[in-house]
Amino acid sequence: MFAQLIMAAEPVVHEAASASVDWSVVWSFIRNVLTVMSLAGGLFFVLAGAVGVIRLPDFYTRLHAAGMTDTLGAELILFGLILQADGWQVIAKLLLVAFFLFVTSPTATHAVAYAAYKAGEKPLLGRWRAPALEDEA
Amino acid sequence: MGDPMPYIMLATALFLIVGMVLMLTRLIGGPSLYDRLLAVNSFGTKTVLFLCVFGFIIDRPDGIDIALLYALMNFIATIAVLKFFSYKALAVDLRDVADVSTEEVQ
Repeated sequence: MFAQLIMAAEPVVHEAASASVDWSVVWSFIRNVLTVMSLAGGLFFVLAGAVGVIRLPDFYTRLHAAGMTDTLGAELILFGLILQADGWQVIAKLLLVAFFLFVTSPTATHAVAYAAYKAGEKPLLGRWRAPALEDEA
Repeated sequence: MGDPMPYIMLATALFLIVGMVLMLTRLIGGPSLYDRLLAVNSFGTKTVLFLCVFGFIIDRPDGIDIALLYALMNFIATIAVLKFFSYKALAVDLRDVADVSTEEVQ
């Protein structure tokens, strides 16, 4: 008798559950999945840049590895954090951090490369010749 | 198993520390000055990210203010060290020095 009651009651319960989907739960699930994806991508780029800085043979290749990957990895990690933030102040601050990193990181990379080249740091080249500095200007 | 996000933030912070340790090895063993400077710059970027993630771990987003300050200071420090080792002094007006440096190159 109990089993019959449960079998009779079950479809009704399911219909009630599917009729009113809790959209906040769905939204937080999507947000979490997006956060995990962008954090994992950002960590992949940051760690790839770190391994490149350790392993590459030459100053300019190391600078390339660090400068390229740091910008994209930082932006991805900050995007993942923005998805988890609550309150517009936190989002605004994270956007400011992302903006300043986006502006200053390539600038610092360029300044280091220019200073090193002006100071006579030689790149590893096979049979190619580095261009003279006045050719670019 | 409740909310999984604190564990994910913790794993992110640990991997960022791994990247910082790799940068420290390049900073200590870098052959030239510019290798060390590049390592310091990249270390600073990872520190900014770590501070942001750490603010989420301890559930107090005040750390993001410090991260903002650190991002700006990191840039200024890189430029200042480069200027010092290029001109052997910090009290040099770069507007006066720009012509001299291009003459040096040519």
